[in-house]
Amino acid sequence: MPLLEIKKMSHDFGGLRAVNGYDLTFEPGQIRGLIGPNGAGKTTIFNLITGIYIPTEGDILLNGKSIVGLKPYQIASMGLGRTFQNLRLWRHMTVLEHVKMARYSKINYGLVGSFFGTPKRNREEAEIDDLARSLLELVGVAHLAEQVIVNLPYGDQRRVEMARALATEPRILFLDEPTAGMNPEELIQMMGIIRRIHNELGLAIFLIEHRLKVVMELCETIQALVFGEVIAEGTSEEIQNDPRVIEAYLGKEKIL
Amino acid sequence: MEFFFQNLINALQWGSFYALIALGYSMVYGVLMLFNFAHGDIFMVGAYIGFGVASALVGFSAMGALALPNWLILALTIIVSMFLTSFVGMIVERVGYRPLRNAPRASAAITGLMIGIILETGNLALLGARRVSFPSLIKSTTYDLGGVFVTNKKIMIVIVSLALMYALHRFVRKTKWGMAMRAMAFDFVVVPLMGVPINNVARMTFALGSALAAVAGIFFGVAYPVLDPYMGVLFGWKAFVAAILGGRGSILGACLAGFLLGFIEIFVPMIFPSTLRDLIAYSIILLILTFRPHGFFGEPYSARLRL
Repeated sequence: MPLLEIKKMSHDFGGLRAVNGYDLTFEPGQIRGLIGPNGAGKTTIFNLITGIYIPTEGDILLNGKSIVGLKPYQIASMGLGRTFQNLRLWRHMTVLEHVKMARYSKINYGLVGSFFGTPKRNREEAEIDDLARSLLELVGVAHLAEQVIVNLPYGDQRRVEMARALATEPRILFLDEPTAGMNPEELIQMMGIIRRIHNELGLAIFLIEHRLKVVMELCETIQALVFGEVIAEGTSEEIQNDPRVIEAYLGKEKIL
Repeated sequence: MEFFFQNLINALQWGSFYALIALGYSMVYGVLMLFNFAHGDIFMVGAYIGFGVASALVGFSAMGALALPNWLILALTIIVSMFLTSFVGMIVERVGYRPLRNAPRASAAITGLMIGIILETGNLALLGARRVSFPSLIKSTTYDLGGVFVTNKKIMIVIVSLALMYALHRFVRKTKWGMAMRAMAFDFVVVPLMGVPINNVARMTFALGSALAAVAGIFFGVAYPVLDPYMGVLFGWKAFVAAILGGRGSILGACLAGFLLGFIEIFVPMIFPSTLRDLIAYSIILLILTFRPHGFFGEPYSARLRL
């Protein structure tokens, strides 16, 4: 059974069809990419899957069960994690608190424990702490655990966002332009992190990217999206040589 | 000097009311980015609920059904009223604000004003236009501390208020619910993706604010035992000013600003004619806000996408 299966998903914003007949079959452990020019509907697809929007038509199956119409917090707790194109961090909370927050639904100790530090609370806190630090280690920001977000450089903020998404224990991770705004050095580091997450945690990863280089290097298969429709799907070579993709990205060849 | 300390204590008591109410405004503003303009009237409802609970308990005691000492009646009144008023707050959130989560901010403000009027006039319809007097539960004892006269009521009000403020601070800092509230204040959209049902957080924010307003209402009844349905209007506005002065979502800020407001209101009439009290007090606040438009601890923020 595929991990995630999307059948003929469409979405309208008013009279505008933002996504049209989108299909996807995602097996566990795969790493796939979604490319397309600005406004093609990539982020809309992420928002539809994560429950922020509800599709106008079609079905989304997670582990064979439809998740259409579920609330974002329900979908998230079913093993779906994501990061955002424009960072969505809590500016005055610490790095550690970000990861801890991701464990919210798994914290069992109650009010008394939080106020008075019962053994149960201390035990749970220690577990969360260990997990948080190991995830921060994985993305390379363990030394910044006590820092407040606003004090971190941009690249590190992206890593924190990724650690936070990982702490929700997703089975599939959606990364929305994880290298947006990065300099070449940060870009290479981020690609390394994505690869490491994929290898060490065996996580399925779905990647939206603007930079073709990143998707081409990381992803097994790639979908190209234009005006809400998938115009091509295949390996990076196939995509690179597809005339429709070239047209969408570079424009039609003009012969005088 | 004695004169100063005498008024300091009055100002602390007066500031406690403002601070307790301001916390409700500030928390809701912080977490949900809206002003609950019905909050002053929730303070009024809290005072009346306290009045009802206290009267009932006093009545039971008098009938000999259960012989409770007065201090226990007061303690029970506070706890039960906090509980009941928090339900009022949750209903206000559910009925008034949740359907407007994505509506323009002005809609929520108007709704708040209307809910306020409904609560005032509802009370009027229910209990009539007469004022009610809060049962006196504590026998007033005055202590003479070197020329400064302090009543046991004032001491209790200030200490319990401060304790509650500290408890709220701990709650927001130490518990997972408090952490969710803080996270929502910075960015709404990602919070559900952490598996947090945001409606519960919103509901809890209203419940907490309302419970504190109820305590303020009861203490007000203990200190100035006459309640009327419009008591929350001016008080609410002033506490709202304190919340803004404290900075969005800042607990420390709301408390400090509440006390500051109490101080200014008590000390201004010492120097100027008391008819000018509010004029001067709020001119001072306006001046402060001119230089610190985000309040003491608020940070400049930009409008963000709300989903």
